[in-house]
Amino acid sequence: MTTSMHNAASGEAALTRSWVPRPIKVVLGVVTTLAITFLGLLVVTFFIGRVVPIDPVLAAVGDHASASAYEKARIELGLHLPLWQQFLIYVKNVAVGDFGESVLTANPVIEDIKRVFPATLELATMGTIFGVVLGVPMGVIAAVNKGRWQDQLVRVLGLLGYSVPVFWLGLVGLLLFYAKLDWVAGPGRLDIAYEYLVDPVTGMLLVDSLIAGETDVFFNALSHIALPAIILGYFSLAYISRMTRSFMLEQLSQEYITTARVKGLSETRIVWRHALGNVMVPLVTVVALSYASLLEGSVLTEIVFAWPGLGQYITNSLLQADMNAVLGGTVVVGAVFISLNLLSDILYRLLDPRAK
Amino acid sequence: MRKLIGAAMIAAMAWATPAVAETPKNTLVMAHTIDDIITLDPAEIFEFSGAEYAGNTYDRLIGYEVDDVSKIYGVAAESWEISEDGKTYTFKIRDGIKFVSGNPLTAEDAAFSLQRAIILDKSPAFILTQFGFTPENVKDKIRAEGNTLTVETDQAYAPTFLLYCLTATISSVVDKKEVMAHEQDGDMGHKWLRTNYAGSSAFKLRQWKANEVLVLDRNDDYWGEMPEMKRVVIRHIAEPATQRLLLEKGDIDIARKLGADQLAGLEGNDDIRIRQGEKGAVYYLGLNQKNKYLQKPQVRQALKYLIDYKGIEQTIMKGKATVHQAFLPKGFLGALTETPFSLDVEKAKALLAEADLAEGFTVTMDTRNTAEITEMAQSIQATFAQAGITLEIIPGDGKQTLTKYRARNHDIYIGRWGPDYQDPHTNADTFARNPDNSDDAKSKPLAWRNSWEIPEMTKQADAAVLEGDAAKRAEMYLALQSNHQQTSPFVIMMQEIEVAAERADTKGFIIGPAFDDNRYYKVTKD
Repeated sequence: MTTSMHNAASGEAALTRSWVPRPIKVVLGVVTTLAITFLGLLVVTFFIGRVVPIDPVLAAVGDHASASAYEKARIELGLHLPLWQQFLIYVKNVAVGDFGESVLTANPVIEDIKRVFPATLELATMGTIFGVVLGVPMGVIAAVNKGRWQDQLVRVLGLLGYSVPVFWLGLVGLLLFYAKLDWVAGPGRLDIAYEYLVDPVTGMLLVDSLIAGETDVFFNALSHIALPAIILGYFSLAYISRMTRSFMLEQLSQEYITTARVKGLSETRIVWRHALGNVMVPLVTVVALSYASLLEGSVLTEIVFAWPGLGQYITNSLLQADMNAVLGGTVVVGAVFISLNLLSDILYRLLDPRAK
Repeated sequence: MRKLIGAAMIAAMAWATPAVAETPKNTLVMAHTIDDIITLDPAEIFEFSGAEYAGNTYDRLIGYEVDDVSKIYGVAAESWEISEDGKTYTFKIRDGIKFVSGNPLTAEDAAFSLQRAIILDKSPAFILTQFGFTPENVKDKIRAEGNTLTVETDQAYAPTFLLYCLTATISSVVDKKEVMAHEQDGDMGHKWLRTNYAGSSAFKLRQWKANEVLVLDRNDDYWGEMPEMKRVVIRHIAEPATQRLLLEKGDIDIARKLGADQLAGLEGNDDIRIRQGEKGAVYYLGLNQKNKYLQKPQVRQALKYLIDYKGIEQTIMKGKATVHQAFLPKGFLGALTETPFSLDVEKAKALLAEADLAEGFTVTMDTRNTAEITEMAQSIQATFAQAGITLEIIPGDGKQTLTKYRARNHDIYIGRWGPDYQDPHTNADTFARNPDNSDDAKSKPLAWRNSWEIPEMTKQADAAVLEGDAAKRAEMYLALQSNHQQTSPFVIMMQEIEVAAERADTKGFIIGPAFDDNRYYKVTKD
């Protein structure tokens, strides 16, 4: 994605030559890429959704409906039209921001996404923070102590993170920290007693409760999010620490490190400032990718923790052939990937002095 | 490093408050799966959780006792009369019922609600249109005059047939003024009511967040017995193991969707009570008569001897279903409770030999990929194999297998069928009627889906629905089922049991025979 965006941007630049100022060229390039990417996403999702052997009218009317009720619903859903016409209508509506209505929730898809996406965003952000704060130092320590027990420990922790099924980890975590030890609150986002105390502003309870100044609600929400965020974060931790380790090993074998050592710089400064500083650039991509994959919504974690997020929403909709909801969700996921890519591009420029 | 992680975890949790391990005394909290709710409009509701919602929030004209459904009583209707010719029903509407909007409930509201359901023509509309109502004639056939409601049917049906249909969710009385105030483009307030509320019963809607939570508040102006609970919170918890944890911990009062595993795990826990209620749904196999093997009568009979009914009841469906082999579920008028079939491989082999299929044959079965259905399918696969029949299981998502079944492209379909209302015609209509077996038939009951041509049986079912004498009518259904049980391409296996696990201090939750009979108004907590 990143490279294609560069290509598009430079292609645009070549075409428009010098009479257009550079920032506008860049913006034009980005907008063109975005438009093409979204259109591609819509085409693929739309047609896959239509060729799956599921009758979308069934989701709307159920199995017992009479023939006339069935036919009426089919027409209301626009399914009597030819496929290309259905697609054109859909794209036309999306262009003006109308993603249609979800059959399953009786709400406009955009309203549903406004409700479920903040839940996922909150969880993914907490998880990623956990993963980065612990994963990067662990990777560095493993690289510095290559082959020693510290390295092995990080490796084992990483492998566990990769290989243990998340729903199992979630259930065991709940059993231990919620049911037995009572350290964290149970599944869901908030205790019943705290429900309705805070008006939704961003939809993220941690933020909303702070805005409202309700510290009780904040701590309750934190207690609810701690376990799922740590479990999700553990998976990104595993990935981030492994990647950090290999990036660091590469840097530590470079000549400039030897030079720095010869010059008598402290080992801490060499490792944490010079080597890690150079690792930051590729690391940004790694973090952005793992953040993006958490933002798609982790279905299994969401189910175990009764977390009403994007993953459950898209999966449910897909299984019920609720195409408007699936398409809307896909566009959101696409937008997340694209904007994180853009963001990491910008961070590159900030972190890499050569790009200035 | 271990220290570091440990410290981080403790730090993250230490300043978080500990969980409140008790639900508020005046609030009932349940864990359920409510992702099936797609609408809150009673004219459209046709899902289990939706029906339960309407049952607790809307009044119908009449109701029946959950322990004995033959006892029908008035709810919004105080009394009723049926004309000599059996076609005109006159209901006197009860005084003093108020909607939550403050509007009084009148005969006009009752007539409007039924007319509206027929004009909107949503999925459950056939429950009412089968009495000859159409969007065109309904305003003449269903009328309000003063405090009486008059309903005119096209034929003289068995009186209980109409009365039971008026106990169904679709017959809920909605607030005409309130609903019509939200009308958009002539939709009779449908778009609004899909996510809002306009009723008069014990509870009212506070909030519905799809796939997340349904919250009901007590209706403090309710005309009937006032509930003790001020609020009912129904949380969507998809994972049964999570439901169990929440229940054991005391964060919920009732867990509604536990699997056989979780139920077994809760046995012996004194804080938890497990309760069961027989529901109307039956599990069955549909044998497509387009298949050259399955259309042989001996093969149909043989397959009925190749199911380990007892084994399935005691293991896979333990506590969640009981053996039942007729199309009318126990509790319905005229239900046949005999179970003539059991696993008998020798008998099945003899029948197959009679059909020149001693060597067996190969068929496929479209199987929904849920745990229970899949495990049942595997059990059936094993017992079929004992008689030389190779059963290939084709797994699929629920909607996917159903799409194929409805197009008659299956060999065998393993399914579950729930009745739509409390009258026996509901299942007779689908299992034992097939007025037109052509591909473009107007009505496509289960008999049609399995391509089973039964002009004689269709006539018998039609006659049964017109019989005014309840005892005679029951006899007719018994005879119909006995014949059906032996000859039909339906292997009816089980009747569903609904299970709820409750905290010991929570009492009074009613598990009724239909999903809209699951009631909260009597719930108390010590």
